[in-house]
Amino acid sequence: MAMRWTNTLKDREVTDEATFLNRRQLMAGAAGLGLVGVATGASAEELKPNSFEDISNYCNFYEFGTAKEDPPKYAGALTTSPWSVKIDGMVDSPGDYALEDILSKMTIEERIYRFRCVEAWSMVVPWNGFELADLLALAGVQSSAKYVVFETLVRPEEMPGVKYPVLDWPYVEGLRLDEAMHPLTMMATGIYGKDLPNQNGAPLRLVVPWKYGFKSIKSIVRITLTDKEPATSWNKANASEYGFYSNVNPEVNHPRWSQATERQLGGGLFAGRVPTLKFNGYEEDVASLYTGMDLKTHF
Amino acid sequence: MAISSSLNSAFRRVPTWPLYILCAAHLSGLFYSAATGGMGPEPIKALEHAYGEMGLKLLVVTLAVTPLRKYTGVSLLKFRRALGLSAFFYIAAHLAVWLVLDVQVISRIWDDIVKRPYITVGMAGFATLLPLALTSNNMSLRKMGAASWRKLHRLTYLAALLGGAHYIMLVKGLQLEPLVYMAVILGLLAARGRAGLGVSSDSARQLRKNRS
Repeated sequence: MAMRWTNTLKDREVTDEATFLNRRQLMAGAAGLGLVGVATGASAEELKPNSFEDISNYCNFYEFGTAKEDPPKYAGALTTSPWSVKIDGMVDSPGDYALEDILSKMTIEERIYRFRCVEAWSMVVPWNGFELADLLALAGVQSSAKYVVFETLVRPEEMPGVKYPVLDWPYVEGLRLDEAMHPLTMMATGIYGKDLPNQNGAPLRLVVPWKYGFKSIKSIVRITLTDKEPATSWNKANASEYGFYSNVNPEVNHPRWSQATERQLGGGLFAGRVPTLKFNGYEEDVASLYTGMDLKTHF
Repeated sequence: MAISSSLNSAFRRVPTWPLYILCAAHLSGLFYSAATGGMGPEPIKALEHAYGEMGLKLLVVTLAVTPLRKYTGVSLLKFRRALGLSAFFYIAAHLAVWLVLDVQVISRIWDDIVKRPYITVGMAGFATLLPLALTSNNMSLRKMGAASWRKLHRLTYLAALLGGAHYIMLVKGLQLEPLVYMAVILGLLAARGRAGLGVSSDSARQLRKNRS
C-alpha cells in the first residue's frame, strides 16, 4: 500500500526540479490523508533537495572505484535492462522477479529524505520509489523470517572496482524485518522524477533514511529472507567501525572520526558543519524500533 | 654519464624561485576552484584532500633527490629546499582547511587530535615538519652547523612516514593508493639506508653553495 508516509514540506523553491517535486509531494500528501499516517520529524519542513547534478555526481559505489568521481565516470557502462531480482529464503513465492513485473504492481511515489553518509557528509534527495514492505508482500514473508538480506550485482566486465578487494564482493547489506517493513524504508527507482542514474544504484536500490548511507544498498539483484542476522559487507570489513544497525547517531562516534556534525553538500567552501540529528531526524518515526536496546552497543 | 652531466649543467642555469611562484599559484588556484564550485559539491573535503595529497607527493619527491643522485648522477639538490618547503606549504594549507573551514570548533579540534589516531598521527607529522621549515634558511644552517642541521633534517623521513600512515589510516576499506605511497616512502628510506644515512659532505657543500 503506497502513501503511508508523507512529508510535511513547505513549498520552498530551490531549483525548478525541486519546485516541481515539492508540488508533487504536497499533492501526494493531500491524497494520502486518511490513509495510515506516520508521524514525521518537524524539521522535515526545512528540507531543501540537493540538485540533480550534485546527487548524481557525488556518491560512493565502490564497485566502480573508490574515488568520488569514479561512479559517475564508469557506471554508464552498467547494463540495467533486462534486470531481475532473485527473492529467496523464507518466502512463500521464491524466484526470479523481473523488474518490469515488480514495477507493474507498485505505485511509485515521491519522497524527500535526508541522506547521511558515514563519512560525515549529507544531502537531501527527492527519491521516487515504493515501500520495501510492498515488494516483500509480493513474495510473501514467512513467519519464521527475522532478517532481510540484500545483494548488489557483481559484473566485473562492467564494474572496474570489483577487481580490487576493497570489500568482500558482492556487496551485502541487511535489515531486521521490522526495519525492512517500516513505511519509511523504500526501494528507489528514480530521483527528481527521472530514472535513477546508474551511479546512484540503478535500476533498484534500498533507501533507509535513518541509517548511514552505506546501508542503502545499490543495484540490488537478490533479496533473501532469513532468521539469522546476516554478515554485511562493511561489518565484515571492520566490525568495530560499521555495526549491523548503523543508525545515524551523533552520540556514537565512528572510531576514526566524530559523527556529531556533518557537512551538507552544496553549501560551498565556507558553509562549515551542522549538528547531526539522531536517527537522521527520523527519531519520532523509528526510535520505537529500538526500545530497550543500548544504541552504543548495538551501533 | 653524459646525460646526467648535461642535465645537471642545465639545472644549474635554472633558478629555484619559480618553484615558489608555481606553488603559490597552484595553492591559490585550487582554493579558487573549490570556492567557485570547481571541486564538486563537497569542496571542503575536496580541497583538504587535494592539499594533503600534493603535500605528500612533494615530500616523496624531496626524499627522492638523494637516491636519484646516488643511483643516476642526476642532481636536483639545488631544488631540494624549495621542494621541501613547498611540501610544507601544502601540508600547512591542508591543516588550515581542516581547522578553519572543516571542524572549526576548538573543543572539537582538540577532541579529534586526542581521540582520532589518524589525526594524531597527521598532527605529529606536521609537528615534525615545523622545525624543518623554520630552519630551512641559510642563517639556521650557519648557526646550527652543517652536521647537526643535517641530522635534524633527517626528520623528513619521519614526517613522510607519518604522512603515509595518516593516509592509510583515514581511508575506508582496503585501498591501493595510500599503500603505494607508503611503499614508495619505505623504498626511498631503504635506498637511503643502503647509501648510508649521512648526507655526503659534497652535498652539504652543494647545499651551502646553492642558497639563493
